[in-house]
Amino acid sequence: MAKRKAMDGNAAAAEGARLARVQVVAAYPITPQTPIVEKLASFIDEQKLAARYINVESEHSALCATIGASLAGTRAFTATASAGLALMHEITGVAAGCRLPIVMPIVNRALPSPWSLWCDHSDSMGERDQGWLQIYTENAQEALDFIIFSYRLAEDERVLLPVNVCLDGFFLSHTSEAVIVPSQEEVDNFLPPYEPKNLVLDPLDPMAVNVLTSPAIFTEIKHQHKVAMDNSLQVFKEVSQQFQENFGRQYGLFETYACNDAEIIIVSMGTMSGTVRHLVKKMRKEGQKVGALKLTMFRPFPGRELAEILGKAQGVAVIDRSAGLGSLGPLANEVRSSLYDTANSNQGPVVCNYVAGLGGRDVTEDTIALIIKETVQAVEGNLKKSYESRWIDLLEEAESI
Amino acid sequence: MNIMQNQTRGKHLFHGLTSCEGCAMELVARTVLDILGTNTVVLTPPSCSAILTGFSRETGWHVPSFMANLEAVASYASGLRTGLEVLGKDKVNVVGYAGDGGTVDIGLQALSGAIERGHRIIYICYDNEAYMNTGIQRSGATSLGAWTTTTPGGKPTQRKDVPQMLLAQGIPYLATASTAYIDDLAKKVEKAKNTDGPSYIHVHAPCATGWRFPAHKTIDIARMAVQTGLWVLYEAVDGRLKITKEIKNFKPVEDYVKMQKRFQKATPEMIMELQRFATEGYEKLAERVENV
Ligand SMILES: Cc1ncc(C[n+]2csc(CCOP(=O)(O)OP(=O)(O)O)c2C)c(N)n1
Ligand code: SF4
Ligand SMILES: [Mg+2]
Repeated sequence: MAKRKAMDGNAAAAEGARLARVQVVAAYPITPQTPIVEKLASFIDEQKLAARYINVESEHSALCATIGASLAGTRAFTATASAGLALMHEITGVAAGCRLPIVMPIVNRALPSPWSLWCDHSDSMGERDQGWLQIYTENAQEALDFIIFSYRLAEDERVLLPVNVCLDGFFLSHTSEAVIVPSQEEVDNFLPPYEPKNLVLDPLDPMAVNVLTSPAIFTEIKHQHKVAMDNSLQVFKEVSQQFQENFGRQYGLFETYACNDAEIIIVSMGTMSGTVRHLVKKMRKEGQKVGALKLTMFRPFPGRELAEILGKAQGVAVIDRSAGLGSLGPLANEVRSSLYDTANSNQGPVVCNYVAGLGGRDVTEDTIALIIKETVQAVEGNLKKSYESRWIDLLEEAESI
Repeated sequence: MNIMQNQTRGKHLFHGLTSCEGCAMELVARTVLDILGTNTVVLTPPSCSAILTGFSRETGWHVPSFMANLEAVASYASGLRTGLEVLGKDKVNVVGYAGDGGTVDIGLQALSGAIERGHRIIYICYDNEAYMNTGIQRSGATSLGAWTTTTPGGKPTQRKDVPQMLLAQGIPYLATASTAYIDDLAKKVEKAKNTDGPSYIHVHAPCATGWRFPAHKTIDIARMAVQTGLWVLYEAVDGRLKITKEIKNFKPVEDYVKMQKRFQKATPEMIMELQRFATEGYEKLAERVENV
């Protein structure tokens, strides 16, 4: 029987890994991810989880060891954040290129410089083209569910790709809320024991893995990766269906709220989505036609599905929790490009990009209200194109600090 | 090809690999696999040993292999070893086969971490005293006075002694070895195989291409390094040191240096310093043997 328990996002993620019966954990602590790896170490120590813990000396080694364990044929887990993720960057491509179904939470924290302990998405966004699936969660329930969900998705033969489950640092990782914790039996029914379906390092089935590859076949191997990435959208839907049947909770590639007849839709990811929904609800009561779209799956980007919803609005406000220096925010770039076909017919919505919530700044109701106000102005002013991101929560004295 | 069928030594590595003529790195690899057999997985970093792991659809090993990252052979090996143990495949030998650059420079942290954690992995460093695969650049193992493309005037500083660093850290089995003493190497690999914990063997592996000597001189040069005292063959079981090839009449370092064009830029002072390094280095080790 499932149980209701109070836990924060980190505890929920660790609980998810325990229930997924991960066999090897290799991890290195970094704020705000640390409690996940501490909790897993305790689970193993208290024999609540039959796994081996590798106390590596860096995140670089954490991911290498996780890959090694996965190549041996075990279900492997690690977690990281910020600078730790940046240190792993060389290796994230190996995990994905070797098509290993590793699940790795990223507890989002701004990348230096300047140093920050607090949340934004600059760390995970740096990995967005490395060939991992990326899922952004809003609450502790999602954090727990998506660890289990992601192993099932990653291990599907049509996918065989690693998954990042992203949790907003502190806002989610360190905030307690009620979580329905499924029983081991329920999870076992959903997630069978791991069996490697592709690459393994086993003397009984010798293969050379990850070798230097000539231009004659490199493209084809990358293309296999691309196909798997594309497949994962469909597989996500199937896994989601199964998840709903088994656990009664439903997850989509994204979640819409009051979008049907909405003139303005706000697109967000992660914890701020709750605040967005709350404000939309209030404004709807006042008769304003606003809607909210929370994106769950950022990689692969479900552009076509998204365009169907957003294409009908007049204005789309995309909130990026990373600076996207030198361009728009990464989420806005994706949304704009998804809408290109609609926009070209001159009936597409105005897309405004707002950068907010950097380095742990709270994205408040006031900030979102301002975002909506500016987007309405942009729509009314017939401002079709906006090539610049608007830093909506900037202090007035920005240039003199 | 009857020769290949009759071959008993080195049979776990295909012939016709693209390493250079007279390559010690390849000979060492063959020897290692002769002893370990096919219940083995090998990890190589980018380096000349990557030639063995293969290119596109071809591989050199008869055993499973993985191309690691330059600084991470020991970390991948840690995870692989742990995963294999979880699955009850404890008998599989997990071998890191890495060059000096991947070991003493960029990979030192990962190696030290893996040793601290006590994984049963066998780490073999073939030491050709430079980054050869990228075209002969200095490494932390490059000898004082040696020319490389990044020390065009001869390397101004002495090589670092990583076996002694690892010994200081505490490791169940550690040995140095040489391409010129294959039987000694074989015995050491056997001991590493039977060690319940991490083991490390550092093999001096001359490189005709990078050291600028005729390919048929590889073994002579490796032997000369030992006979001058520049490279001492020893092993340490649980820290107890033993010299496995004692030298009574040392040859002058000059004789070793003369055999290789890479020392052409070395000054007389550098060569004197190398001589001192050889004599004192051997004496210091010998003293430690008596003290344990
Ligand atoms: C992170 C990283 N930095 C640099 C390189 C380039 N690189 C490839 S092989 C190599 C040198 C390796 O030297 P060593 O370990 O001594 O092996 P050898 O080539 O001498 O056999 C370097 C620097 C790399 N592959 N990865
Ligand atoms: S460069 Fe040296 S180590 Fe590399 S393959 Fe050639 S001889 Fe062997
Ligand atoms: Mg080298």
